[in-house]
Amino acid sequence: MAALAKKQEAVAARLDGMTLPAGGQWASEAREAALGRLREMGLPERRDEYWKYTRPDTLTQADAPEAAVFETGEAPLFGSFDRIKVVFVDGVFDADQSDELAGEGLSIERLADVAVKDIHWAKDLYGQLETNGQKPVERPLAALNSAFATDGVVIHVTGKVEKPVSLVYQHKADNSDAILHHVIKLDAGAEVTVLENGPAAARFNKSMEVDVADGATFHHVRAQGRDHERRAVTHLFGRLGTESVFKSFTLTVNGRLTRNEAVLELTGDDATAHVAGACMGDGDFHHDDTVFVTHDAVNCESRQVFKKVLRNGATGVFQGKILVKAGAQKTDGYQISQSLLLDGDSQFLAKPELEIYADDVACSHGSTSGAIDEDALFYLRARGVPHDIATDLMVMSFVAEAVEEVESEELRDEIIGRLESWLERRRG
Amino acid sequence: MLEIKGLKVKLEEEDKQILKGVDLKVEAGKVHAIMGPNGSGKSTLSYVLSGKDGYEVTAGEATLAGEDLLDMEAEERAALGLFLAFQYPVEIPGVGNMTFLRTAVNSQRKARGEEELSAADFLKEIRAKAKTLKIDADMLKRPVNVGFSGGEKKRNEILQMAMLEPKMCILDETDSGLDVDAMKLVSEGVNALRDEGRGFLVITHYQRLLDHIKPDVVHIMADGRIIKTGGPELALEVEKNGYADILAEMA
Repeated sequence: MAALAKKQEAVAARLDGMTLPAGGQWASEAREAALGRLREMGLPERRDEYWKYTRPDTLTQADAPEAAVFETGEAPLFGSFDRIKVVFVDGVFDADQSDELAGEGLSIERLADVAVKDIHWAKDLYGQLETNGQKPVERPLAALNSAFATDGVVIHVTGKVEKPVSLVYQHKADNSDAILHHVIKLDAGAEVTVLENGPAAARFNKSMEVDVADGATFHHVRAQGRDHERRAVTHLFGRLGTESVFKSFTLTVNGRLTRNEAVLELTGDDATAHVAGACMGDGDFHHDDTVFVTHDAVNCESRQVFKKVLRNGATGVFQGKILVKAGAQKTDGYQISQSLLLDGDSQFLAKPELEIYADDVACSHGSTSGAIDEDALFYLRARGVPHDIATDLMVMSFVAEAVEEVESEELRDEIIGRLESWLERRRG
Repeated sequence: MLEIKGLKVKLEEEDKQILKGVDLKVEAGKVHAIMGPNGSGKSTLSYVLSGKDGYEVTAGEATLAGEDLLDMEAEERAALGLFLAFQYPVEIPGVGNMTFLRTAVNSQRKARGEEELSAADFLKEIRAKAKTLKIDADMLKRPVNVGFSGGEKKRNEILQMAMLEPKMCILDETDSGLDVDAMKLVSEGVNALRDEGRGFLVITHYQRLLDHIKPDVVHIMADGRIIKTGGPELALEVEKNGYADILAEMA
């Protein structure tokens, strides 16, 4: 218990001087409850089972470590898309840069506006999926987020929405410490694509709770900005109804510390959940994907595809779990995590887990670490492709399986283009 | 065009001599064939010439158009005009065939100080060349060699050769894994590229490929050396009597 007491004391240190944001009744109750959860769990520390490979200290300390703003000199991602743009600068909503929060087939509101109301539909979701996701693995930083987030978007999707909702996170101050919380509710048969891009802040704690009703489809494509020194912890909570589809892809290039958690619960039969990620890191780069997929219905499919390209001492972590509950027959679960180590200094730490309580399921998982395939490299060079370009082609080849999880060709090309230009600039 | 003198090669990792003094000269406009039993060093010769890692040249030299090949990186040799059609073309998932070829063509042009081919010009050229090799648009779009049949892979090699327009082509057992129709198609592709300014070195086990790609000179290689050189009739002799007679004659 001494360990727990220490973790709980850490909460007090972290929250010193912080007060819960003021709000309407539902929001205050949700925040109080989240704070209660946080106080009970305490903050994560290195001895925790799920923090063995990633040091949580810079995410849990009171002040955000400084992170210099990095000017990439390139046009922002998704800039050419017809979209509903919602901009946050260091975690603060920027009305001037944002589009009107409206669109056909959906309503978008700011959490800041919604939270002061006495009653709102968001109360049934805000902090709820996060609460469900605290078991069996605690996620204290998500509880911290639910307690202290003052802004974010609250989206209700009622129809098939063509224009993606594009959340843009700009980073302008070296010491910014941002917390955002988004709630997205898709009605039966509804469909939406949510895009996220940008470094967000020196330190970013973001949660997204997504409730996908029967027959609804949720697409999520995210690119975490190229700032070298930024830190981020993000949680993506999803609840999937019957015949619903949930597909999420994340691209991460640079960043000192990134911890992306995805917690998906398939609660209706015949649902599909895909979560994928590609990251590239060089040097002081630590990237952690922690995924928990729970099958609690019949004939559902889940896929986890994670690819990490690491060099100069970069570290990649993958902790992925598939839990198949009793009765979740005909489950089709797949998980692959791979790293491409471009030198001997980098490391990849993987912990795949399967826990299965049904007897008629097909679950497979695999994890590999390897260098570039020399035969393929020679093949390219024998055709006249110089060594560095050939290496980059092999890198693109390596991440392809993850990038292909992006269903929209337009979005996929945008991601591929970004990766290629990044590699090209590195070659100089 | 290609000139090899006293070439001796061993494996880098172990003390095993593979080539024990190879002399060979392929003139521009000529097709030379190398035949020989398994393990005679034919494929090693093709790899050493094209710059694959893992081999150590202990003696001799190899030049292409008068330039020292052995000192160059694989990509420099390619840009100089050397092309190896692989016995086992490599599959590269996630890299489109077209992207790969365009990167190769333009990398070579850049290395030679030539202007890069525009996307439109490249497309026009590759479409025309693909058509004669019966390579459809789908095969051009698919990842390099992924899911290709044996015949498709070899046709893809010849398409690359046609696009890169090398000075010197080495075909390493291009006939392996091909049925009769595929062999004919591949051979027609090769024959279409025969040109006064281009040399060919065709490595094969069997005479049948040489029915389609008619050689000017045939060499027999055994135990790391070229032991006999002759005209096309030499290939027919091998087909009829095997290597045993020639080996015995030389012993």
